[in-house]
Amino acid sequence: MKYILLIYSEEGVWRPDELEVARDQSVQLCHALNEQGQYLSAAPLHPVSTATCVRVREGHRAVSDGPFAETKEQLAGFFVIDVANLDEAIVVAASIPGTSRGTTEIRPIVDLPGLP
Amino acid sequence: MDSSEVEELYRSDSRKVFATLVRLLGNFDLAEEATHEAFAAAIQQWPEQGTPANPTSWLVSTGRFKAVDMLRRRARLNDLQPELIRRLSDIETSNQSMAEQVIKDDRLRLIFTCCHPAIDPKVQVPLTLREVCGLKTEEIARAFLMTPSTLAQRIVRGKAKIRAARIPYVIPSLNELPERLDPVLSVIYLVFNEGYSASSGDSLTRVELSAEAIRLARLLVELLPDPEAIGLLALMLLHESRRETRMNAAGDIILLEEQDRSLWDNEFIAEGRRLVEQALRSRRFGIYTIQAAISAVHAEAKLACETDWAQIVALYDVLLRADASPVVELNRAVAIAMRDDVASGLAIIDAILNRGDLRDYYLAHSARGEFLRRLGNREQAKLAFERALSLTQQETEQRFLSKKIAEMERDC
Repeated sequence: MKYILLIYSEEGVWRPDELEVARDQSVQLCHALNEQGQYLSAAPLHPVSTATCVRVREGHRAVSDGPFAETKEQLAGFFVIDVANLDEAIVVAASIPGTSRGTTEIRPIVDLPGLP
Repeated sequence: MDSSEVEELYRSDSRKVFATLVRLLGNFDLAEEATHEAFAAAIQQWPEQGTPANPTSWLVSTGRFKAVDMLRRRARLNDLQPELIRRLSDIETSNQSMAEQVIKDDRLRLIFTCCHPAIDPKVQVPLTLREVCGLKTEEIARAFLMTPSTLAQRIVRGKAKIRAARIPYVIPSLNELPERLDPVLSVIYLVFNEGYSASSGDSLTRVELSAEAIRLARLLVELLPDPEAIGLLALMLLHESRRETRMNAAGDIILLEEQDRSLWDNEFIAEGRRLVEQALRSRRFGIYTIQAAISAVHAEAKLACETDWAQIVALYDVLLRADASPVVELNRAVAIAMRDDVASGLAIIDAILNRGDLRDYYLAHSARGEFLRRLGNREQAKLAFERALSLTQQETEQRFLSKKIAEMERDC
């Protein structure tokens, strides 16, 4: 069963030196997951100020700065994992460094047939 | 076994059969159908062919074959469902005989799945009552004053979450147990309180709801004798022992100190006290056990004036360390007033309110009003009772407070 773990946190909760340590730990976690056959993908994201939104309505493409930040916590990174069930996904989510200062949302992934 | 005895068995054992079929089939709805089919087959076959040696095992294995039939019929209808077809072969090869322990574990799995922390607490309660206790959706809706369709939606939402997020059907490991047991206990206590508080709904369904919570706690204690599960069962039994004396014939509240203690249910009290002692001996108890211990001290006093308030204050001190909440502080203030004097209790309540806690909690103002009344300050007492009245929606509480206000006005 595949899950995406979406890590939300307030930007600036990590000092640069702390961030470096957290990213090292995340890389180690990815290796540990990979050894269990549970790792699919993971990455931290650039700050939300670098984000761009695109919408197509009635054939017309609209590009804007954004998204509009309604909450303080922003999407800061993600893991895509393949584990047996939700309890295992919860264990992985709890061991992500970002979870210690933010909120990690676990979403089951729909297995769409016919993908490349 | 005739058909009425099969019906009796349905009441006592259908949820066991269901729980095991959920594990075998991995699907709540299919397990529900298979359970019904198995009992329907029993009503047909047992009177003629005799009752099998182990009825529960027979029902599980019959339910399993009925599910296989249902899956086959559906597989023919639409040829997708490769996963279901894979299950078909799994099911056919699994063992006929069923150990008692396996069946017990399945019920425990079902409880932990329905009370998984990933499920909305608003959904956990009806889902548990429906799937673990086997209550009908209409019965649950009536008890919670909701429309059956709203309630059915919540149950569907819960089952969809279990399926889509793949919440496992397992008993948590020992190191997860504290975290996982908490929501189970709180679901049981919520069900009990819904049945015990006189807020709403007709009284019959409420008694049943409390009885269901006690049954659920007994089941949990039998399956997993954790001290806090034992403490919760004790707490509910001790509360339940006073059910009949909490209200007069007109439905008005009778306070603990004015209740006719000769009408308290001694059997519930004896069992509750025994369980409290058992939980306390474990030294791993928590807030339910401490509250049960407090309730047991009340139960020990034949007359209200014989209550060991020093003991109760000491237990509230322990409870405050485990659960430092303003509501616990308020209850402790009442115990202090009884042990020492009313003015000391009032000072504590005023301190809680002055720092900004419990200002919208009617019981804080109601207790404050009562203390002021006892101190002879009728004017201030009346104001406190009025404040309390404005904060409660419970009809019986409103009547109680209105009476108090009227008394204050008369004597002013």
